[in-house]
Amino acid sequence: MAGPLTVDVVAPDRVLWSGTAERLVAPTVEGEIGLLTGHEPVLSVLRAGTVRVRGGADGDAEFAISSGFVSFDRDVVTVVVEPAVPAEETAPAAS
Amino acid sequence: MAGQQRVYRQRIRATSSLKKIFRAMELIAASRIGKARLRVEQATPYARAITRSISAVAAHSSVDHPLTTPRTDTGRAAVLVISADRGMAGAYSANVIREAERLRGRLQADGKEIVQFAAGRRAVSYYSFRRREIAGQWTGASDAPDRETAREMAKALFERFQASKEDGGVDEIYIVGTRFVSMVTQQAMVLRLLPLEIVEGVEETEEGELEPLYDFEPSPELVLDALLPRYIESRIFSSLLHCAASELASRQRAMNTATSNAEDIIRNYTRLANQARQAEITQEISEIVSGADALAAS
Repeated sequence: MAGPLTVDVVAPDRVLWSGTAERLVAPTVEGEIGLLTGHEPVLSVLRAGTVRVRGGADGDAEFAISSGFVSFDRDVVTVVVEPAVPAEETAPAAS
Repeated sequence: MAGQQRVYRQRIRATSSLKKIFRAMELIAASRIGKARLRVEQATPYARAITRSISAVAAHSSVDHPLTTPRTDTGRAAVLVISADRGMAGAYSANVIREAERLRGRLQADGKEIVQFAAGRRAVSYYSFRRREIAGQWTGASDAPDRETAREMAKALFERFQASKEDGGVDEIYIVGTRFVSMVTQQAMVLRLLPLEIVEGVEETEEGELEPLYDFEPSPELVLDALLPRYIESRIFSSLLHCAASELASRQRAMNTATSNAEDIIRNYTRLANQARQAEITQEISEIVSGADALAAS
């Protein structure tokens, strides 16, 4: 149970962060949830706040979000977020 | 005689300027398609994550959510057709529209009334030419869709689904679009958006995987409430992206064919023009020779 978490943070138009980490903290509607390896499967709605990834292979990361949800299953965490600052479209409409 | 030559020269000129246009369109499509494919790829993880979560909720909780239960009270079905804004993409729009007409026939055979939504100028003009009522239309960005458009579509369709019979509510929502399989294969297809069809093992979910028993916070109903609008939006958005990539791929292919056809035509006309020129010269020579002969004989 000591293996790292596999974390994917995805926004509608791209993958924000992907890799392994030790811990993930996310603001759910019922309060902050901290996920470590071996957590039971959970699917939770997020409120506006900050998703924090700790102990990642390439450092920590934080994402300001306006809404989203997190799902945890067998040490695989998927955080689906709506970024707080609307990320500019990867392809502008008129190019 | 000289007239014949002039006509050929004119045609060659016209065709070669067309060829330039075709070539330019091909290059434009080719330069945009990379970006369009990238966007499809980038949006896929999100769509997959949402779909998996939705199927987890729907499969592992006995939630009776209005969006997962089929309704049959209105006898209407909404169909969103996603086509291109411009032509020059071969049979791309025609294929989508044909698929939509097939769906229409099927739904009407089931006694359903169609509420038509159209995205892309080709579909809009197809339906307005046939004087069919269009409940909602979006045009102008078929080759580079943005999330705003997807959100608007999702909202419009979603409202229809939630509306009562009197307000024009619908039982089902379908999307007719094109799947981008590869650069050479794009497939027109129908997707039922609502009510939800949770099909395991479709490309979105990996097969042979057991669905875990989730803990839902705060509650399955609320999770579903938050997920579904996003699911619909993401489905529409990813359809739009697929369609954009398909449109560009079709256009590139169609323009490539058009360019080589133009080359063929130019080659043929050049031959004909040469022939005409040669015939003229031959005739002039024989006129001179016979004239000289006539003078010498007299």
